[in-house]
Amino acid sequence: MSFSVSLQHRFADFELDASFEAPTPGVTVLFGPSGSGKSTILACIAGLLGAQGGRIALEEELLFDRARGVDVAAESRRTAVVFQDARLFPHMSVRNNLRYGERRSRGNDPDRGLEFDAVIDMLGVAHLLDRRPATLSGGERQRVALGRALLARPRLLLMDEPLAALDAPRKQEILPFLERVRDAARVPIIYVTHALDEVDRLADTLVLLHHGRVLATGPLHQLSARTDLAVLSDRRDAGVVLACTIEAHDAALGQTRLRFDGGALTVPAWSGAPGTRIRVRVRARDVAIATSAPAGLSIRNVLPAIVTAITPHGAHEYFVSLRVGDSALTARVSRAAVAELTLSPGRDVWALVKSVALHAARDES
Amino acid sequence: MDSSSWLTLTPQEWQAVRLSFVVATRSLLFSLPLAVLLAWLLARGRFLGRSWLDAFVHLPMVLPPVVIGWLLLLLFGVRGPLGSLLQDWFGVRLVFTTNAVVLATVVMSLPLLVRAVRLSLENVDTGLEAAARTLGARPLDRFFTITLPLMTPGILAGAVTAFAAGLGEFGAVITFASNVEGETQTLPLAIYSATQTPGAEATAAKLSLISFVLAITALLLADRLSRRVQRWIGRTA
Repeated sequence: MSFSVSLQHRFADFELDASFEAPTPGVTVLFGPSGSGKSTILACIAGLLGAQGGRIALEEELLFDRARGVDVAAESRRTAVVFQDARLFPHMSVRNNLRYGERRSRGNDPDRGLEFDAVIDMLGVAHLLDRRPATLSGGERQRVALGRALLARPRLLLMDEPLAALDAPRKQEILPFLERVRDAARVPIIYVTHALDEVDRLADTLVLLHHGRVLATGPLHQLSARTDLAVLSDRRDAGVVLACTIEAHDAALGQTRLRFDGGALTVPAWSGAPGTRIRVRVRARDVAIATSAPAGLSIRNVLPAIVTAITPHGAHEYFVSLRVGDSALTARVSRAAVAELTLSPGRDVWALVKSVALHAARDES
Repeated sequence: MDSSSWLTLTPQEWQAVRLSFVVATRSLLFSLPLAVLLAWLLARGRFLGRSWLDAFVHLPMVLPPVVIGWLLLLLFGVRGPLGSLLQDWFGVRLVFTTNAVVLATVVMSLPLLVRAVRLSLENVDTGLEAAARTLGARPLDRFFTITLPLMTPGILAGAVTAFAAGLGEFGAVITFASNVEGETQTLPLAIYSATQTPGAEATAAKLSLISFVLAITALLLADRLSRRVQRWIGRTA
């Protein structure tokens, strides 16, 4: 099952020409700098903007096809949107906001979607039901908006930078709710963001956008290992996302051991039962390379690796792509070091991982 | 002049006050839905001649009222194209009746009302309507559940102001409906008659004072009402 989008639209100062396909269910993240066209694509999928050309199909059903004159009205698409600014109806109580889409979706797949009580429970909004939106905090508003969209029993849930208006602590407060929604609702999600931590935490499929075009699309861990995508590799936090499982905790040393496809990592203590799946981002600048087994190091994670590629990055640096078992890693190394260590593809080396960024547990099943 | 006449109204004077209220109420009931429709067309509609419609609706604001009255007389007079139609088909004669006063008041107060309603419509966040759309609300559903409730502060304020203005419509009314006691003689027309009658200064002053009190009450009420409704619909916490 999949969701396919192809859109062409010319604005006065901007041209959109983007196509991608995403597996369903799952979270597809449209990622790119502001002005890359990601919100425009979302508006087209929702039916709020009619593209000059293109086609949008969800599984068997055609939502939009300019050539064939198909353009299902937004109100009939059942693609509920969670907007950046929540857009709760100010004249209604939280309860009536939540019920708005639910009332209008009665009769649509009664076996699909979640019940009202289950949703307010999942989002922790039960105590807010009689309040007006104006009295809610930013985080509460976004949770209500999420519930309102879910209760409309959408076939596709669209999220347009739902966390962008929130400060960092508020964002951390909402992310777990988003993960719960993703895992419980089993509805395909298209998620627009320009924040990489949201990508790492939520994305199954990543669509990279730049100037209205798709640079690359694919599973997150594949795209994150590519060094040729400037949108990703130019960032300070450029690096590879690894899917790991918590193996064991060492309370005495304050460490947690993670296993990934092809190796293991020791990280500072992290909560979660053994067996819990977790994602980590290993930044390229946190990975060093040694040509012989190092000794007397403070770094705990030394992994045997094979150099697969060396790509220049700027004038004085290289990205060295590594293979550790069945997983990929990237190291950012100076030009001088590459020359001195005579690194070349195929060479056996040691990857020294200084630290990793952890992202909360998720069910990858 | 004895002091009691300042506090009591003659039956005639009462009749003028009552008629003014009847006229203002009826014309408001008639012009409000019309104003909402016109405001919608002017704010959201995309059709040829929109600016002409806009100008046409606002004409009564800038034309001398007597011209409006005369045009109504031409159109709705017994021999006028619309007047004869009404007469032949429904047996209705408008001129010199209370209904004529209502019609003149509707035409005169429409620009005021349309402006207020249109302003409130333009203040409605279209993003909220878009959100309602994605939640499955069709156009009429959206209008009645989102747009209209959010417009109510402006509509109510406009309605109260239009009502107050409707109590005192003069030029168009006297031209089109004439000054018939008990039938078309509203408050301002009664004042006018009093000023034309030697020795009726007290009546003119009394009725003018009533006009003044009604006007100021309506304006204050409009402001309070709009603020209260604003709070009620949750625009402000």
